[in-house]
Amino acid sequence: MQREAKLVQGNEAIAHGAIYAGARFYAGYPITPSSEIAEECSRLMPKVDGVYLQMEDEIASIAAIVGASLAGAKSFTATSGPGFSLMQENLGLAVMGEVPCVVINVQRSGPSTGLATKPAQSDVMQIRWGRHGDQSIIALTPATVKECFTLAVQAFNFAERFRVPVILAADEIVAHMRENIIFPDPGEVQVIDRKKPTVPPEQYKPFEPESDGIAPLAAYGSDYVYHVTSSMHGLDGYSNNDPANAQWRVAQLHRKLERYRDEIVMTKSYDTDDAEVLLIAFGATTRAARAAALEARKNGIKAGVLQLITLWPFADKEIAAHGKGAKKIVVVEMNYSGQVTGEVRRILGPEKDITLVNKYNGQIITPKDILEVLK
Amino acid sequence: MSHATGVGYLKDGCLPHMWCPGCGNGIALASMLRAFEELGYKKNETVVVTGIGCWGKTDDYLLTNALHTTHGRALAFASGVKAYNPKLNVVVLMGDGDSVTIGGNHFIHAARRNIDVTAIVLNNYNYGMTGGQCSGTTPSERYTSTTVYGNPERGFDICALAEVAGANYVARGTVYHGWDLKEHMKEALGNKGFSMVEVVSPCPTHYGRNNSMKQGVEMLKWLKEKAVSKEKYAQLTDPEKEAYFVIGKMVDKNEPDFSTRYEQIRARALEGGAKR
Ligand SMILES: Cc1ncc(C[n+]2csc(CCOP(=O)(O)OP(=O)(O)O)c2C)c(N)n1
Ligand code: SF4
Repeated sequence: MQREAKLVQGNEAIAHGAIYAGARFYAGYPITPSSEIAEECSRLMPKVDGVYLQMEDEIASIAAIVGASLAGAKSFTATSGPGFSLMQENLGLAVMGEVPCVVINVQRSGPSTGLATKPAQSDVMQIRWGRHGDQSIIALTPATVKECFTLAVQAFNFAERFRVPVILAADEIVAHMRENIIFPDPGEVQVIDRKKPTVPPEQYKPFEPESDGIAPLAAYGSDYVYHVTSSMHGLDGYSNNDPANAQWRVAQLHRKLERYRDEIVMTKSYDTDDAEVLLIAFGATTRAARAAALEARKNGIKAGVLQLITLWPFADKEIAAHGKGAKKIVVVEMNYSGQVTGEVRRILGPEKDITLVNKYNGQIITPKDILEVLK
Repeated sequence: MSHATGVGYLKDGCLPHMWCPGCGNGIALASMLRAFEELGYKKNETVVVTGIGCWGKTDDYLLTNALHTTHGRALAFASGVKAYNPKLNVVVLMGDGDSVTIGGNHFIHAARRNIDVTAIVLNNYNYGMTGGQCSGTTPSERYTSTTVYGNPERGFDICALAEVAGANYVARGTVYHGWDLKEHMKEALGNKGFSMVEVVSPCPTHYGRNNSMKQGVEMLKWLKEKAVSKEKYAQLTDPEKEAYFVIGKMVDKNEPDFSTRYEQIRARALEGGAKR
């Protein structure tokens, strides 16, 4: 049977992707440009036996999704700049407590209320380092409406598999764009559920990793009784101030992701095999980069694009491999500081010819803006 | 007849507890665990969600499920637990700083939402854990480590706040009146919807020392004398009222809790009854 393509908005695709992945709990506080996700969830959740809870603020929203996750739900929230800032402390708790959950951050301009609600890609470093304490996190970023759907599913898969919060870092452009997509049937796209304990309840330790480096997670209300805490804790989940334990635990939070780094880091490359000019882009700017590279090729410039799908952990290896052969690197991003450009410099070194094409005025970066520096 | 001890919920090897001599937290904990036992709470069906503070560290002692959260946010975490699995007994332990100062917004909204959790708020009128600074319940003129000339602000009446915000059950007790306290907790736990028990409790180390009640026993005497029934309080003159406070049950209603209402709305959604 021929399936019908639907004209879908990025935010709607995210909501549908989350529900496809098995999300049955949404808590949030409205903020443009993410609100359509909340609205869609308020309509859909009651029908799929899920819960929609509108909280009093974003601090409460992330708290509620953590609570629901520990009660066994796949849970998520969606927000933008100011709300994402408010979520940081409890996002740190999700890292510390190894609580699977997904946070959608539809990036908008700042600082503060900024050019509400124009697009930006200026939370790259906040997503990575926004919380106190040294910790690691996964962040994915979609460039198309289809990717809004598929990466929402992927975000849940990573969260469930590695017991971490995952940030889906969209931007206002992709979130409000409409494109034709075909929603996959159930079973068509892989959906991963968290590992449950198999030991007898009295032997269960909620923070004891198995041979794969990941500890199984029970649900409140099952036969397993367990503690989760924001404080430093031992394998049993009770607070523990022993320095040796703390040393191991902080490292474990990082190592469990380092071990699966190659599976987590996803990139896409377009015409990079013979590229002399390598454009590096992510999210909505990928689209302008692609158009610019195609145009450049018409003019005899061998340009290719490397799209970063995973923002964090950073694509060090992939950028090193793709960047080696290129004479010129151009990074396209919607922020002043060149938050991704700095990382690319760290990887390719000060000798490399690296140019930043950026805008931080709420306006979209166009292929023309990029072609300017390719002349 | 033998009375419930609640020890079955207490982790082995935790006594003596970490709290200061004369601290009221131990009595509050014992009252709560006795209430659990009398209600037949199962450990795996009970989730104790704690905030940050001396009282917030109670989860270290418990054999039930527990979630030790961030300062002020315990009710928001608890709301997620309960909304997803309404079958669980969700109990939230917060200090006065946690519940109505940094977490005041979550407190009033949990009450408004009438989410079926029981909040046990331990009010020692100051921030015990961080060295006795003033909180949102420190009364006017009282001394704390950040109001050394007297508090220029007024303190919240936690019970009144819970009542106007829509709580289904509200009571105030003290750790001097241990039996009544347990009874209030039992009623609160048994009541559907948002229930709140305020436990007035001594922090001799800070609040007592700063307000001429250095010894735990002096603070207990203060609770014994100044905590009175609604009827007794009504007979006091206005200047006298300043020094006294009311204990007992303030609210006991049966309005539908969040999950009950959500299921009604869900039924409407399944019938396709969206406004737009
Ligand atoms: C966001 C945040 N701000 C401040 C603190 C520091 N802090 C820890 S406990 C506490 C106050 C505790 O007072 P209360 O809630 O009344 O509980 P008690 O210790 O008296 O039982 C404060 C201010 C913190 N942990 N987190
Ligand atoms: S500081 Fe106060 S509240 Fe904290 S344990 Fe000591 S007496 Fe109790």
